[in-house]
Parts: sequence; structure tokens; C-alpha cells
Amino acid sequence: MASATRRKAKTGRFTGGLRGIEEEILGAARAFGLDPLPTVFELITHDQLNEVAAYGGFPTRYPHWRFGMQFEELQKGYTFGLSKIYELVINNDPCYAYLMNSNTLVDQKMVIAHVYGHSDFFKNNLWFSQTNRRMIDEMANHGTRIRRHIERHGEKTVEEFLDAALSLEWLIDYHSVYSPLRKRTRYEFDEEEETASVQRLKTDRDYMDRYINPPAYLEAQRRKIQERTQQQRKFPEQPMKDVLEFLIEHAPVENWQRDILSTVREEGYYFAPQALTKIMNEGWATYWHSKLMTEKILGDAEIVDFADHHSATLGVQPGALNPYKLGVELWRDIEERWNKGRFGSEYELCDDLARKRSWDLRLGEGREKIFEVRRIYNDVTFIDDFLTKEFCEEQKLFVYRHNPQSNRYEISDRDFEAIKKSLLFRLTNMGHPIIQVVDANFQNRSELLLKQVHEGVDLDLEEAKDAMKNIQRIWKRPVNLQTQTEDQVKLLTFDGQKHLEEDLSTPVA
Amino acid sequence: MIKRIEKDFARFREIIKGQIRKDLRKYVTHGEMIGKRGKYAVSIPLPSIRIPTFRYGKNDRSGVGQGEGEPGTPIAAGDPQEGGGQAGDQPGEHLLEIDVTLDELAQILGEELELPRIQPRGKSTMYADRDRYNAISRAGPESLRHFKRTYREALKRTLAMGQYDPDNPIIIPVREDKRYRSWKVKQVPQNNAVIVYMMDVSGSMGEEQKEIVRTEAFWIDTWLRSQYKKLETRYIVHDASAKEVDRETFFSIKESGGTKISSAFGLCSEIIRKSFNPAEWNIYPFHFSDGDNWGSEDTRKCLDLLNESILPQVNVFCYGQVKSAYGSGQFKKDLDEHFKDSDRLITSEIRDKSGIYGSIKDFLGKGR
Repeated sequence: MASATRRKAKTGRFTGGLRGIEEEILGAARAFGLDPLPTVFELITHDQLNEVAAYGGFPTRYPHWRFGMQFEELQKGYTFGLSKIYELVINNDPCYAYLMNSNTLVDQKMVIAHVYGHSDFFKNNLWFSQTNRRMIDEMANHGTRIRRHIERHGEKTVEEFLDAALSLEWLIDYHSVYSPLRKRTRYEFDEEEETASVQRLKTDRDYMDRYINPPAYLEAQRRKIQERTQQQRKFPEQPMKDVLEFLIEHAPVENWQRDILSTVREEGYYFAPQALTKIMNEGWATYWHSKLMTEKILGDAEIVDFADHHSATLGVQPGALNPYKLGVELWRDIEERWNKGRFGSEYELCDDLARKRSWDLRLGEGREKIFEVRRIYNDVTFIDDFLTKEFCEEQKLFVYRHNPQSNRYEISDRDFEAIKKSLLFRLTNMGHPIIQVVDANFQNRSELLLKQVHEGVDLDLEEAKDAMKNIQRIWKRPVNLQTQTEDQVKLLTFDGQKHLEEDLSTPVA
Repeated sequence: MIKRIEKDFARFREIIKGQIRKDLRKYVTHGEMIGKRGKYAVSIPLPSIRIPTFRYGKNDRSGVGQGEGEPGTPIAAGDPQEGGGQAGDQPGEHLLEIDVTLDELAQILGEELELPRIQPRGKSTMYADRDRYNAISRAGPESLRHFKRTYREALKRTLAMGQYDPDNPIIIPVREDKRYRSWKVKQVPQNNAVIVYMMDVSGSMGEEQKEIVRTEAFWIDTWLRSQYKKLETRYIVHDASAKEVDRETFFSIKESGGTKISSAFGLCSEIIRKSFNPAEWNIYPFHFSDGDNWGSEDTRKCLDLLNESILPQVNVFCYGQVKSAYGSGQFKKDLDEHFKDSDRLITSEIRDKSGIYGSIKDFLGKGR
């Protein structure tokens, strides 16, 4: 199949054989109790797949160079054989799945089964319940609107603002979507905007300008607008984690800029559940593709190829945790424990190791339990509830740490508590630092005060300064950030010109 | 229809080029910033192209892994922070290695240093052979078989022999029918250039000085390559005597002893005389030393050589004086004094790495 007999690979919707396979797998999945969204499969080339992946799954997304950067990385990875994407699933109704057309038939079967696992998870996991199921349309709308802003305000202006806005894409309060108090997920704005600056009448005769636009009048208008915006500015009553929302409501920006902030925020909320359930979701899909393939779908001749590829997805490197592997093993462990009744105080308090090892109440509640877990858990609660000491030992988990003396990463601990703590920390807030808006009138000078909720790990200060620069571009007034390095509380300030750093003896927030 | 990603990709490349342009002085100054160098492209590590966000810093260098080993065992994987235990959906963070073609790099260099395009000499007289696949031949490899022509020949033969059956129009080509794509040799005007690098490798030239020369040579190569279709490079090292070496040796050789610059100039003019006819070649000798020479006797010999056999042949002769702890720097003074009015000789003093930028401009800024 080398280039000598170049075969024109098919792209597009499933036809013929694959269509039958798709139905067979779906039938088997339903028989096991899976309940996936209607799923549309598309076969595409690796170039196209890399393009779709670069756009985070949405080829109609707004234009931005970082997608180009992503594309370059994916293309390079593929060309040099370092990485290969088998499939891409989009949480949408109907669910869209992109498959690489050069996958072998066994791969395609495995991938289809995997996709149904994801699709079932999207539909039934609580944390996905608030996501927009028409996101493909919504993303296209975002694209259209941002293209319109570009036409109106120029490529450079919009790009600069988008760059600034994207600095904040993680500064949302992803729990808030489940709160009944939450009013809206996105904002609507008039195209016609109320200008924040004084409108001058146009004249091309300079000497007339001062009669047509009398300076005194302009000054009065300016003051009026200023007063009005001053009044509009409110301070958050409580520290706000949704920095984007705060800026949308209170930053002195134009409406098209608000629209961009709102777009970034909305997409952030859409992607958040995927980051919140990475281990569960990948584990769930892997669990089911493995079960469906080995028990229902595969022919005798295919089993070796399947095992080969399946083991590749579950491979572990000492330095990196494979969410597929950790996830699928945890799911299996839960199923086994609930099948054998290895839970509850009686089991946990039992100190007879031999008895514990052979503990089996023949409850057979495993399947039921994993479906329940799939419904209401996310990664944090999943690890918190189901990671056990026995599991850590069996899976040979460890904590590694950078050793400054040898300047390398070393295994530091195999203690269960340490492993769990480290894992949970990684998963908290999706691995991002927690930043809050504390005061919008800091020092009574309408400066913005942000605060890192310090959990023992410091920020990358250099990058934080760059991010503050971007926030200042939106807020316009100086931006402050209270953070901590080691035990010293610090206040970073960016006033639009330069960065200041001050050690605080008493925190300001 | 142009694919969406192509636009974003093009914009990304543009930003990168802007970034390189902005930091060009840094890249020019530090040779190591230019990473792997291939035949047509270099890869440049760009650290800060990503959008800044709040993220955890240095003291977050731990995580959870899986596998064998006692506490204290180093883990083999590269940098475990790349996705190590991180359950976000962000791809692993690392330096972005960007491939930039030498042409693009030369363009950036040219724009930033405001280098004029070089007017090649005597371009009308120089031709080179180029192969063009626009001919047909009766012999050739099967992969170049011209299907249509072959069919036509076979059809003609079949018709002529009366074997053609309109109801069953099967044409079977035999060996004589086969036609193959072939090439014609075409002469196209071409301008060639040769750079003769000369370097003093006597004891007084240390590692740092050589590093400067290496970096400078890279940028000179890059620029001249963008100006000429064909570029050759020759390397001469000298202490009290000179010899021609290959590129690797040129940058790594370590000699000791005295310095007779005239030996290198003699060899240079010898190479030019033997291999590079000035009517066909644009010739660029570059000489780097720390400015020490073995007495005024030898310096006079150098000046004579330059005057008589080198300068009349070359586009421009460049002398770069790299400052070293031992060098007196006398040679540059002698050259400057003697060739005050010559526009074929350029001298430049390179005090340290940061001087590379300026000296490239000195050498190439005249557009010769």
C-alpha cells in the first residue's frame, strides 16, 4: 500500500460495510445498557483530522493563530510518527465523531466502540448536563460574529483583543453552571453600540474644528460619561471566581469586545466538563470498547491486532500518568469491588488480610454501580471515593518529585495518602490556579485587585505578569494581583507601563 | 476553496517571523539559539509564543506516575511535566521548535539589517545546465512511461498492420511502441559565488573567538546563499603556515605557534587562481584573526598579495578582527591605513558576541 499503488481513500459518511459494523456495535452497546447520543461518523484524512483537532473539534470556529500553531504541532507529530489521532468525538446532539480513513478495519471497530462510550458519557454524566448540545452551530455563530468584528474593526485590533481575552480563558467558575442562581450562560448585545468616548462631529477643515466641536462642550460630555461609568462600576460583593464575567459586566470596553470576552467565556464553560472528567471519560470509553470488542464484535482473526493496538493506548511511561489506563483500571476495580461486596465498614474494618483477600459476598452489583458512578461523579470525586490503597499498590502508582540536587525527577513516595493528595491537587480546578476578583476599586482608584487562592504552589510569576498585562488592556486601569511565593505574600502591580512587585506583611485581600 | 486552517497557519507563521525579527539581535548574537540546521531550514526554539495565562510555576515539579522502582529511582521519561498527572485537556507544554527556511531567515536578516541586494558581476556571461523534463525518448524506466504517446504509437502500428478491429479495439503495445518522458538540457543564466573563509588558529585565538567566527559565518552563508543560485565555501586555517580544511575541521582545529597571515592570503589566491575564474564567480574572501601578525615584514607581504592578486579578483575582501586577550589589533590598523580608499576591502572589529550584529552589517551592508 505504499505510494506506488496510491489508493484513493474514501472520505465522508459511512457507507457499505462500516455502516453495518456501526449498527452492530451500537446494538451490542445498547444491550449492555449504554445509552449514547445519536452519533454521526465521518471518515476524513489525517490532514483534515489534524485540522479539526487543531480547532478543538470545531472546524467552523473563529479564526485565530493559535489554532494554526496547534495544527503545525499535530502535523509534525504525525509526519514524524510521534503521535497519531485515531478519533475525535464532539459533545453535541447529534454527537459527531471523526475517524481517520487510513485506520485499519480493526482500528475502526475499536474506535467506533470507543466513540459510543464517550457519547454515552456525554449524554448521561451530570457534569455535561449543562453543556450546549448545539455547540457546533454555536461555534459557527461565534466564528461568524468574530469575522464580522474583524471586518469592522480590522484584523489586528480584533486579534490583539482576542489574545488578551484568551489569557483569561480558564478564569471561569465552572461550578456556577449547576447553580440555580445562575441567570445566563451568554450575553446578548446590540450591534449598535453606545460609545464610551465622546462623539466628535466630523470635519476636515482643521480651523473649523474648534467651532464645530467646542472644547468646553467636549470636556463636559467627557465628564458626564465618566461619571456615568463611575456609577456603573460596582465592586464584587464577594470574591468572584468568574473573572471573565466580572470583566464583561464591568470593564470599560466596547460591545464587540464584550462579545469576544463572552465568546471565550462560553467556550470555556463548554469545554470545562471534558477537563473535569478526563480520567472517567477516557476510562469509560476504554472500558466499553474493550468489553464490546472482546465479547461481541471481534472475529478470531482480529483479536491479535486489537490486543496490539489496545495495549498501545494503555501503555504507561514512568513519568506520565495515562488517563486511559488509570481510568479503565479504576472502573474495573469498582465493578469488581461491588460484585464481591468489598466496600462498607465491615470490609474496611476487617484486619484479617487473608480474609480480605478472598472476600466475596457474590453481590453482583458491579455493573449497576459503575452506571451509577458514570451518572454523578467527576474526576475529583471519582478519585476521592474510589482510589484505594490496594489499587495504588496493584497499579504501582507513585509520587515523583524534582530533586534539585541531581536535577532530575525521582520517585519520592509510594504512600497511598501522598498519591491521593497529589492526584487530587492536580485535578482541583482542572490543574489551574484559582484566581479571584476581590476588589474593583482597590485603593479607591478603581484599580483591579485579583487574588490567587494559594494552595501551597506558587504561580509562574513571569507568565503571570504577562497575563496581567493582558488584563490591564481590558480593565484599562492598573491591575494588582496578590499572590505568594514560598511564605512571602506579594502584591504584583501592572499599571500599564511597568510591573511593580511588593512584599506585603499583611495581605490586602 | 482555501482551507480555514491555512489562514490561521499563515498568520501563525507571520507572528513567528515577527518574533524572530524582534529578537534577531539575540539570535544573531547567540549561535546556539539557532538549533538544528538542515540543508534548507533551521529550527529555532521559541519559548514564549503561547498566550500567557496564570499557571503553576517552578515549585510544582511533582506529580503521580506509574511503574516499578523504589523511592529515589530516577524516572526515565523526558520531562514529566508534559502531561505528567495533569488531567487538563491542554497539550503538554514545551519549547516550540519552529522550522524556518534559510531563505526566510535571510529575508528577515536582510530587512532588519537593511542589507542591500547584491549586484552580481558579469551575470550575462555565466550559464549553467538545467534539466527539464519536456522531451520524449524511446528508452527509459517504466515509471516514466508516457501512456498517451505509447498508446498512440501502438495504435498507429496496429492500424498500419491492418490488425485493428473496430469491434474489439484492443491495443497491445510492444517494446518498440513505448515512449518515455525524458529531459532536455537547457542553459540558464546563473550566478555563482564562493566564500573563502580564512581563520587564524594560532594560540591566541581561543574558544570564544572561534565561536564568534562560527556564528558570523553562519549568517554570512545564509545571506549570500539567498543572493546567489549556487554558493560554494572553502575553508583555510593558518598559523605560521596555511592549509585548506573542511568545515568541521575549520571550526574545531586548535593549533599553536606563530602567525603568518600572508600564508593564508597566498593559499587563498592560489585557490582562486586554480578553481574560481573571476569571470564566472563572485568571490568573497573572509579573514578572521585577532590582529596579531608576525612582524611588519609579513604584513607588507600581505598587503602586496592583497593588492596584486586578491583584490582585483574579488567582489569584496572582508577582514574581521576578533578581540582576544593576546591580540594587538595592529593588522586592522595596517589594512585601514593602506586601503583607505579601496571599496573592495572592508574591515570590522568584533569586540565580543554582541559585536557580531554590527559586523555583519559592516561586511554585507555595501551590497557588493
